[in-house]
Amino acid sequence: MIEVKNIRKGFGEKTVLNGVTVTMQPGKCNLIIGASGSGKTVFMKCMVGLLVPDQGEICYDDKDFNKLVEEEKKEIRQQIGMLFQGSALFDSLTVEQNIMFPLNMFTTDNYSQKLKRVNEVLDRVNLKDVNKKFPAELSGGMKKRVGIARAIVLNPKYLFVDEPNSGLDPQTSLVIDKLVKEITTEYNITTVVNTHDMNSVMEIGDHIIFMHQGKKEWEGNNKEIIFNKNERLNEFIFASEFLKDAKDMRMLEQTGKIDENRNMDDLTK
Amino acid sequence: MTLFTEFGRYLLMIKGMFSKPENWKMYWKELMHQCNEIGFGSLGIVVIISVFMGAVSALQTAYQLVSPVIPLSAIATIVRDTVILEFAPTLVCIVLAGVVGSKIASELGNMRVSEQIDALEIMGINTKAYLVLPKILAALIMIPLLVIFSAALGIYGGRLAVTTSGIVAANMYDKGLLENFQPYNVFFALVKAYTFSFIISSIPAYYGYHVQGGALEIGRSSTKSVVVSCVSILFADYVLAALLLQ
Repeated sequence: MIEVKNIRKGFGEKTVLNGVTVTMQPGKCNLIIGASGSGKTVFMKCMVGLLVPDQGEICYDDKDFNKLVEEEKKEIRQQIGMLFQGSALFDSLTVEQNIMFPLNMFTTDNYSQKLKRVNEVLDRVNLKDVNKKFPAELSGGMKKRVGIARAIVLNPKYLFVDEPNSGLDPQTSLVIDKLVKEITTEYNITTVVNTHDMNSVMEIGDHIIFMHQGKKEWEGNNKEIIFNKNERLNEFIFASEFLKDAKDMRMLEQTGKIDENRNMDDLTK
Repeated sequence: MTLFTEFGRYLLMIKGMFSKPENWKMYWKELMHQCNEIGFGSLGIVVIISVFMGAVSALQTAYQLVSPVIPLSAIATIVRDTVILEFAPTLVCIVLAGVVGSKIASELGNMRVSEQIDALEIMGINTKAYLVLPKILAALIMIPLLVIFSAALGIYGGRLAVTTSGIVAANMYDKGLLENFQPYNVFFALVKAYTFSFIISSIPAYYGYHVQGGALEIGRSSTKSVVVSCVSILFADYVLAALLLQ
């Protein structure tokens, strides 16, 4: 279980995270959402240990990550898989070598065992005949899937996903979202996704944390978020008229009325 | 950022390289890969520079030695000592600072900007040990070998130039090569080669590893690393000469 307790992080005079406390639900998709500059990426980097918070604790199974010695940190890191925004595949290695890299580094399996595992995870992310291709030869969606395959090859306990849909078309985004959700359930992984894509929020948001100016503003799930009363969250999720209409349509279906601040004429237009 | 802050971060990077490898086999593989990249990858340019450096040095020495009192074999002696003491270690290392240094800085810079270094860190790999140390070790192994090879080629280039142009006979040149040979000069050249190898590999690694930004910053850090390496080589060259050639 990942518990974040009152973390603060600043760069010079600027405070980016200001006392965030949250518990990531085990075996679920935990989504961190918020506008650009709200501190999502810094929050995730603090959680995976790429940044050290100025104050507060990040606990993995009750162990404060930043108080552990280097060897203990390494042990926890080996339980973490991460998909980066740009996939972060090693340019000079083929897809097969990229996925095999953690196996080469941390296991004593022979080549055929490692190749079997590589093919298993490639199959899991629905990729075939790409073993010998280089990252430059893959599309954005394929790179993300290879990134996911590399992240899960060592059977991690925690999966961190940074902006999984950036640069992808809506259809491919949906495929990646579903894949993340399926893997989370199938492998019983605690997944933390950093996103501002509302489709992802509705598709996979078992547990959603909304951040605003470095603080946790709202917490809930994908059912509660539509009817939430938080003004800032509503400003963020219903940024367009189209989404406001979609919300009203849903309210109309479920309750027979629409938001009190809107009128039916606007909706029917 | 002040010079002292940068130097402090450089020392911390060097300190951070020394930890127990996660997997010896992978580190060995990376070391061999870097030896190949740094050593064999620079062989072509080293051969060309060395031959021409020796040839030009021999022709210019012959041009200046017009006195009938000085034997022609002295040309070979002068070319030998100049090449061993200065040209092979310093000139070749300055060229390698450009070739190898910019490659190291841009490779690490690109890995940093595209989050590949972060990906390795999250896997639990000490990136300073896995990415920087093999480059420095490979430079320390391969560059002194290149310097020795360069010295031999430079002396041969001088021989080729003066014999084909008919200035000195081949046997006279060979005789000059054996006159007043001091093995200490080779030791001095190797001390310089090892010092410069460390500079050529560690300074660009520092600039590449700490890049922040995008493609423009990678280019800037690469250029800066070459400039700083070259200046450091010249400074170290002077210090070593002052200390070891008394």
